[in-house]
Amino acid sequence: MTTITLAETPLLHAVLARADDALVHAHRLSEWVGHAPMLEEDLALGNVALDLLGQARSLYTYAAEVEGKGRTEDDLAYLRDAPSFRNLLLLEQPNGDFAQTIVRLFLHSAVLHPFWRTAMGSSDATLAAIAAKAEKEVAYHLRHSAEWLIRLGDGTEESHRRAQEALDRLWRFTGEMFAPEDADLVARGVLPDPASLRPEWDATVARVLAEATLDRPKDGWMQQGGRRGVHTEPLGHMLAVMQHLQRAYPGATW
Amino acid sequence: MYTQALNQKDSGPQGTQGLVEDPERLARFEARVAAEDKIEPNDWMPEAYRRTLTRQISQHAHSEIVGMLPEGNWITRAPSLRRKAALLAKVQDEGGHGLYLYAAAETLGTSREQLVEQLLSGKAKYSSIFNYPTLTWADIGAIGWLVDGAAIMNQIPLCRTSFGPYARAMIRICKEESFHQRQGYEIMLTLCRGTEQQKAMAQDALNRWWWPSLMMFGPPDAESSHTDQSMRWKIKRFTNDALRQQFVDATVPQGHYLGLTFPDPALRFNEETKHWEFGEIDWEEFRQVLAGNGPCNRERMEARRRAHDEGAWVREAALAHAAKRKARRAATPKLAAE
Repeated sequence: MTTITLAETPLLHAVLARADDALVHAHRLSEWVGHAPMLEEDLALGNVALDLLGQARSLYTYAAEVEGKGRTEDDLAYLRDAPSFRNLLLLEQPNGDFAQTIVRLFLHSAVLHPFWRTAMGSSDATLAAIAAKAEKEVAYHLRHSAEWLIRLGDGTEESHRRAQEALDRLWRFTGEMFAPEDADLVARGVLPDPASLRPEWDATVARVLAEATLDRPKDGWMQQGGRRGVHTEPLGHMLAVMQHLQRAYPGATW
Repeated sequence: MYTQALNQKDSGPQGTQGLVEDPERLARFEARVAAEDKIEPNDWMPEAYRRTLTRQISQHAHSEIVGMLPEGNWITRAPSLRRKAALLAKVQDEGGHGLYLYAAAETLGTSREQLVEQLLSGKAKYSSIFNYPTLTWADIGAIGWLVDGAAIMNQIPLCRTSFGPYARAMIRICKEESFHQRQGYEIMLTLCRGTEQQKAMAQDALNRWWWPSLMMFGPPDAESSHTDQSMRWKIKRFTNDALRQQFVDATVPQGHYLGLTFPDPALRFNEETKHWEFGEIDWEEFRQVLAGNGPCNRERMEARRRAHDEGAWVREAALAHAAKRKARRAATPKLAAE
C-alpha cells in the first residue's frame, strides 16, 4: 500500500485534525516511558499517552467511516505523509526537558478540556460519545500537568528557570489552537468554535501561572500551518519512525 | 529468572558475617515457615532471611525497570495502533510492578532510594535477559511469549513464598504477566500466519531469544549455592533445573504449533520421562552477561543513569515545592492566631 491522500470534507478534516493531535501527542509522551525523572512519571506519562492513543483510535475509526472508502484506523495513521497530517504544531515539538513536556501538555489540555466538555453536547452522536470519554481523561491530564507546572515554577531556582524557558519557547505555537473551525460545522453544533474556548483557556493559564510564579509570555507572532499540513521539521522524523514497518512491508497484517 | 543473582554468594553486610541468631527465636521462625505461616514485615526474622529477600525482591524490581527499555524500544515503531496501545500498556505494567516490588522491599527496611542507588552503582543485579537487544518487531512477540512465559514459571510458586508482602505482590504480577504472555504469543502467531518475511522475522527472533530464555532460570542446581536454605525458608519452591524443564515442556509444543524450529539440534521428546530433552546451555555466555559483558549491559545502565541524572532537578523541585507548601501551611494558622 502506498501513500494515501483523502478528499477532506469539512467534517473529515475536523475529525482528522483531532485524531492527529491525539496520535502525535501520544507518540511524544510515549517516548518518555522508561526514561522519566521518576518511576511515578513513567507511569503517569504512559497513562496520558494511552488515553490520547485511545482517543486517536476512536477518531480515526470515525474519520474512516465519514470518508466511506473502507479504510482502517491504521491506514489513516500509517499511510499518510506529513503534509496530510492536520495536527497542531505545538504537539509535534520534541519533548525537550521535562519542563517542556509538561508545558506542552498543560497548554494544550487547558483548551482540550473545554473543547471536549462542549463537544459532549455535539449534534453528531459519535463525536458526543467520544467527547464524553475524552472529557474525563483530559480533566486528569490538565490537573496532572498543572500540578507539575506549579511544582516546577515554585520549586527551585533551576526548575523555575526551565519552566519559564519552556513557556517562552512554546508560546508561539498557542495561537494556532484557536484558529476558527469550519463555520458550518460550528453553526450546526457539530464542534465548538475554538475561539469561544479562549476565555476559559486564558483564565486557566492565568490561575496556574500565578500559582507557579511564572510570567505569561507576550502574545507575539504566532506559528501556524499544522491544520493545513505545513509542519515543523520534527514531524517528518516522527512519522519516519512511526510508519516504518507499515511502509517497509506493504499490505502485511501485524 | 528475574532474581538470578540469588544464586551468587551472600557475604552479608560488613560485620554481620557469622552473626549467630537466637536459637529459640530461630526455631520458632522455622516452625512458622514450615507450617506455611506468612512472615510479615514486623515479625522477627533471621538477618540472612531479611537480606536474601531484600536482594531477591529488589533484583526483581530492578529487572522490571530495566526490562522497560528493550520493549520500550519498539513503542514508537509498533506496526498498528492496537499493537502500540498494548505494548505501551505492557511496558507501563512493568513500571507498576517495579513500583510495588520496591514498596515490598522497603518493608524490610531498605529505602527505594538506596535500592535504586545500588542498581545505578552496579552493585545490584537485574535479570541477564534484558541485556539482549530487540532488533525487530518479532522480538516483542518473542519476549512476551518466552521471557514472560519463563517469568511466570518462576513467579507462580512465588505467590506462595513465605514473606507476605512479596507473595501478595506476586499474585497481582502473575495475572498481568500471563496476559502479557498471551499477547506475545498472539504477535508470534500473527507473524507466522503472515508473509514469508514475517515468518522469517519470527524464526529469527526465536533463534536469538531461546537460549537466553533458558538462562533466565539461573545456573544448574549443582552450581546454585543458595538453593537449600532458600528452599527451607520457602523463599524458593522449586529448583532452577526443575523450573527450566517445566518451561521447556510447556514451550516446545507452542513453538511447533507456530511452525517454528528451535535452535537446538539436541531437542527431542523422551517417551519414557515424557519430558523434552535439550542441549547444553552455554554457561560461559551466561556468566559473561551477568558480569556486564552482554550485548546491551552498558547501554541499559547508561539509559537508567541518564534518566536518573537528568531527572534530578525535577525531583529536587518537587521536594522544594512540598517544603514550601508545608512551611506556608505552618505559617497560616499562626498568622490567624495573632
